[in-house]
Amino acid sequence: MTTGSLIGKRIPKLDAPEKAAGRTRYIHDIDLPGQLHAKILRSTQVHAKIVRIDTAAARKLPGVHAVITAADVPWQRPIGVAKDHLPLKRDRVRSLRDEIAAVAAESPEIAERALALIEVEYEPLAPVLDTEAALSPDTPRLHGEDLVWEAPGGRREVLHKASADNVAMTFDYAQGDMAQGERDSAVVVEDVFWLHYVTHCCLGVSGVIAEFEANGNLLIYSNTQVPFLHKREFAELLGIDPGRIRIIQPPIGGGFGSKLDIYPFEPIAIFLAKATRRPVKLVYTREEEFAVSPTRQPVLLRLRSGATREGRLTFRSVETIHDNGAYTSWGATTPFVMMQTFSSLYRVPHCSYRTRAVYTNNPYAGSFRGYGNLQATFAVEAHMDRLAEALGMDPLGFRLANAQDPGEITPQGMHFKSCGFKECLQTAAARSDYLGKHAENRARWNDGNPVKRGVGIASMLHVGGGAKIYPSDGCGTILKIDDFAHVTLLTGASEIGQGSETVLAQLVCEELGLPLTAVSVVNNDTDITPWDVGVHASRTTFIAGNSAIGAARKAKAKILSAAARKAGVPAASLSMKDGFILKGDEKLYELAKFLRSLHFSDKAELVMTSFYYEPPSRHQDREFKGDVSAAYAWASQVAEVELDTQTGIVRLVKLTAAHDVGRVLNRLGIEGQIEGGIVMGQGYALTENLIVEDGVVRNPSFRDYKLVTAPEIPEMDLSFIETMDGEGPQGAKGVGEAPAICIAAAVANAIYNATGVRITALPFTPERVYRALHGAAAPPVWTGAK
Amino acid sequence: MPLKVEIEFRLNGVGQRVSVAPDMTVLEMLRGALGLTGTKYGCGEGECGTCTIRVDGATVNSCLMPAVDCEGRELQTIEGFAVTPAGERLARSFVNHGAVQCGFCTPGMMMQAGRLLDSLEMPSRETIQRGIEGNLCRCTGYKKIIDAIADAAGKDAQ
Repeated sequence: MTTGSLIGKRIPKLDAPEKAAGRTRYIHDIDLPGQLHAKILRSTQVHAKIVRIDTAAARKLPGVHAVITAADVPWQRPIGVAKDHLPLKRDRVRSLRDEIAAVAAESPEIAERALALIEVEYEPLAPVLDTEAALSPDTPRLHGEDLVWEAPGGRREVLHKASADNVAMTFDYAQGDMAQGERDSAVVVEDVFWLHYVTHCCLGVSGVIAEFEANGNLLIYSNTQVPFLHKREFAELLGIDPGRIRIIQPPIGGGFGSKLDIYPFEPIAIFLAKATRRPVKLVYTREEEFAVSPTRQPVLLRLRSGATREGRLTFRSVETIHDNGAYTSWGATTPFVMMQTFSSLYRVPHCSYRTRAVYTNNPYAGSFRGYGNLQATFAVEAHMDRLAEALGMDPLGFRLANAQDPGEITPQGMHFKSCGFKECLQTAAARSDYLGKHAENRARWNDGNPVKRGVGIASMLHVGGGAKIYPSDGCGTILKIDDFAHVTLLTGASEIGQGSETVLAQLVCEELGLPLTAVSVVNNDTDITPWDVGVHASRTTFIAGNSAIGAARKAKAKILSAAARKAGVPAASLSMKDGFILKGDEKLYELAKFLRSLHFSDKAELVMTSFYYEPPSRHQDREFKGDVSAAYAWASQVAEVELDTQTGIVRLVKLTAAHDVGRVLNRLGIEGQIEGGIVMGQGYALTENLIVEDGVVRNPSFRDYKLVTAPEIPEMDLSFIETMDGEGPQGAKGVGEAPAICIAAAVANAIYNATGVRITALPFTPERVYRALHGAAAPPVWTGAK
Repeated sequence: MPLKVEIEFRLNGVGQRVSVAPDMTVLEMLRGALGLTGTKYGCGEGECGTCTIRVDGATVNSCLMPAVDCEGRELQTIEGFAVTPAGERLARSFVNHGAVQCGFCTPGMMMQAGRLLDSLEMPSRETIQRGIEGNLCRCTGYKKIIDAIADAAGKDAQ
């Protein structure tokens, strides 16, 4: 059998047959012998002092093995990005989700009954329910005291210093001269935007199993997206050597950024395993998943933008206030990504960007696919339309006039080595007849028909070649070829459903001239796989792909050099294809047979090789100048909506997407990523809304939190712009987050095109749209400093 | 101790006799007492469809059905369906069309699709979309699932 190249083909996922047969064992499906079940008691108060916790009755319940509170783990250390969050709360609760006690029992039902027997007395404190209140000088500080850690020996150490105000984190950035930007502007627009709470809704709820081995080593079955980073964090938490921690990742029922941080339930399961010397399993209910998992960070954003009469952008002035919630997770760092969209999606000489993540008693925010970019793009693309209109230019032409080109180094220092932005714009616009429809829809604003059509365009820039958030962004690969030419690929890269296992296998097979059936991928055990920074930032295909290719090329070079010696020909004249070593078209050796012939020779080591890759480019400096990725992904999307002005119902009819993906590796996989991202973006724009009132999540269920269902999806037209990135594996760039980023922005522009009404707050529910159309909307108000 | 009730039913073609508590759901019985973990817990209140099984041919959210109601009925779960010719054909179609990503909704989708293909030889694309309306998927955007079902029905989408 002769195989052609695997690149660009429609390759089914390697793990799909097991999944379709219902045979895949997720964490929920694993039960260990002797395993106990854990449940967590959470606060009933949004903000309060804990006066007393009485666990006596719970401890006496038959079947209960342990009940723990903060008093039982005085050595617990704070977790999270700012280390401001104790897994079990000591003397104060700061949100309704806060963990007060936990139980390990013979069954989940017994654990649940034990929770009901725990008495907690609170002294309520005034809640801080929004960022405006939090920033007022009269409001008490939510983290106004030092967080002191009591080491086992009695030593005390401050791990999170008392904060001077309720600001958890800031990211300020500036380029150019803002006053000059204002002077250069013929038109200026300014708006306030409100981006709401949404949550990941992974179909598989969160869960963990923790077990201490007899020698004190810790084994964790975890859904984490960053096993190697968490290994280090758990080690620090427990004060043990990271080498004594092993993390196994069973297949994961959805990630989307939700599993990038450690959350209290994980240390709590570990504390209970330590207390009981038994494996402890802790799995959320769906209600817990909604109410206590971190959200996408809600943002209040004020944007002022200007342009010259000729249609060149002059400046952007951006201020944001992020509702951080009670504790700091990755959500607080999303401004880092947002600033790139403001400074560098389009060419803009002057930019000022000021952000604050603010503590409140609301649920706290984590990372979510797109990482702030949905929020930033929503504002930027609204202004691209508004400026074009103010200038009397067509919105496509105005964008093209300001779009980035390949080779550009932006004032922020991002270097766009490959850039298909203009082609994305032109392709999406042409395939959707954007300009024609745009003019046609506008002409029908006053035609008396209550049902309107609208078309809107939006584009995005996102990291596509890893993300240099950490000092290093790498991935290790070990590649083993056995006597039968079967390859085992051990990679640090995690599979969360996105298809990394398949694309890595494909890249290796492409190098070694083997069919996909010749590869097994091992990717879920920190004791076995080499290091990787984690599955996030659309980085896996790029970083882990390059790593896998590197390992395969090393193996290939060794095999071909041995074959060249044996055949007495130059290695450069040899190749590998269809399981053979070839000279030109002539089959010299069958690969498996040749590998067996190397047994016990000094060439035997050539069947084992490893490779590590890190893209060589400059990191950002302290002023956020410099590169954040080895490559950047681009996309333009056109949304077509139908809007009923009598009900406010907006239907997404069609979505035309053009993505610069570098190169398509697995067409089936990349289509799946983009279609899934589009529909997730559709939910963000139209239906999803985590309602937080008075610090309480009011809709913790799929009944009241509306995900898009099958009948509601739009027609999707996808185009791939192949810019063949020089650093990318076979030319490819990352794509995981990109498709979700533009939809809300494009839909907002489509609603304007349909009605002439600009809505600057999400989501576009019928009520919000109806009110806006009938002059009854309350647009978002800037509540930060004037 | 809660009272237990002994029930008899057929599961994936095999007779079963099980003692169940009156407040136990079919989902809990399948995953716990019977060790069949292909049927998933997604929400526990009939909103996501990950726990979909067939009971006397109809699709049911097993998280909402009391186990005691299984008495005398014929149940099929993904473990049983996946090894039938129709189930194998459908699974192949799911795999080849890229209808599986994280895979957590997949068993429920397979069961719902199986019923659809049983009751309608040539479902339209719209019928398929309506048919899986109660099954949530967070990864795929549904299109490839619809394609997979349409293809397994021996008919491309209209």
